[in-house]
Amino acid sequence: MPRLLSFAVLLATWWIGSLFVGDAKLPPPPTVLAVMIEEARSGDLFFHLGATLARVTLAFTLAMTLGAAIGYLMGRVRLADRLGDPWLILLLNLPALVVIVLAYIWAGLTEVAAIAAIAINKLPTAVVTLREGARALDAALDEMATVFALPRWKKFRHVILPQLSPYIAAAARSGLSLVWKIVLVAELLGRPNGVGFEIGVAFQLFDIPLLLAYSLSFAVVVLLIETLLVQPFEARLSRWRPRAA
Amino acid sequence: MRLEVDIASKTFKNAAGEQHDVIAGVAFALDAGEVGVFVGPSGCGKSTMLRILTGLDPDFQGRVSRPAGARIGFVFQEPRLLPWRSVEENVRLAAPLADEAKLSALFEILELNAHRNHFPGELSLGLARRVALARAFAVEPAFLILDEPLASLDVALAARMRDQIAMLMDNRSMITLLVTHDVDDAVRLGDRLFLLSPRPARVLAELPICTPRGERGDAEIAAIKSDVMRRINGDLPERESS
Repeated sequence: MPRLLSFAVLLATWWIGSLFVGDAKLPPPPTVLAVMIEEARSGDLFFHLGATLARVTLAFTLAMTLGAAIGYLMGRVRLADRLGDPWLILLLNLPALVVIVLAYIWAGLTEVAAIAAIAINKLPTAVVTLREGARALDAALDEMATVFALPRWKKFRHVILPQLSPYIAAAARSGLSLVWKIVLVAELLGRPNGVGFEIGVAFQLFDIPLLLAYSLSFAVVVLLIETLLVQPFEARLSRWRPRAA
Repeated sequence: MRLEVDIASKTFKNAAGEQHDVIAGVAFALDAGEVGVFVGPSGCGKSTMLRILTGLDPDFQGRVSRPAGARIGFVFQEPRLLPWRSVEENVRLAAPLADEAKLSALFEILELNAHRNHFPGELSLGLARRVALARAFAVEPAFLILDEPLASLDVALAARMRDQIAMLMDNRSMITLLVTHDVDDAVRLGDRLFLLSPRPARVLAELPICTPRGERGDAEIAAIKSDVMRRINGDLPERESS
């Protein structure tokens, strides 16, 4: 209920704002909604949203898997940490735009270049978070697993993974929002479809209703994924924790 | 089956690079069915010794021969349960071969039946310790280690748990090693007492108790206790003056 209320407030503010600024700069909600429906009816909206979602899924999965593995290794093995650290700092501070432009120059304006560029942008934050998680692993539980001779995979699944899961959730949460932002830039610069591409078109035509229609549809998709996928997953992971009073 | 231990010395280096002796000579042997009890002041190196015996710490001078592949049951001082697994899952994970009948017998003796599906975070220290006991006994260990299993519990609860431990030990034949600073627990549970010096630890005396655990009368327990107290208190000033 409070969620709906805050959504209504947002909508009202927008509508009132458009009255003040004028239709040309900020079209009112009904105009944008009409464009949205039109784009949905022609199928364009779903096509572009689908293309963007596919890129997000691929890049996110790639970056999380690689990042978790590298981060775990760096947290557990001192040599790996020493070797990897300069690379990590470099990647962390490299602007997203540089990575995307270089990827397109070196690999061409291809799907592989786009997904790789998005993944590389997200990778270092996943590494840093998971490295912290691996460093914080409880040595006492490790000893317990050794003494009771738990097989390797059982130890990983029941002793190590649950300790890492808050870090994995944090990396996924921050990583997802980063990927949402970067994917549009990558599409704008070098892809013939996707929400980013459509926004680029709308920008060139100064078609503000189209621009808002795509931005808002995108925001709705992000919100849906957050509430239907990410939050239930987080709740499930922390179900053993005593409830906060 | 027999456990033979001869730890000549164990030293730690602290962050500043200084060496600290933790163990200065602990040698003993235990046979299956025997309960060896180590009594010593806190911080004397008992926990370090246990880590060496279980193979967790291979960095020491000396020799430990323990039956190859022997299953170990360890009751840690802090229970070391997995907070994200229920009581029953904690026990089953360590002892995948334990069947339902065996588990319910264990839970029955340790009064854990009502808590099977609770998470460790919902348990008191006494209950968590009993879960740790259940886990250690469920693996049917050849070598059982109890590290201060009754410390920081109130007297009544400690006494009840001591009886439960005695009951569980009675129908099993394994090498048992109990570490405690409580002489009463030591005399009531042990077959052989080893008195340890303050850090660096060495064995001051070895006292066998010949009467079986169940048949020890109050008078006998009191006599052994006063003997132990006399040795502990008598040996300390002598060491300090030398």
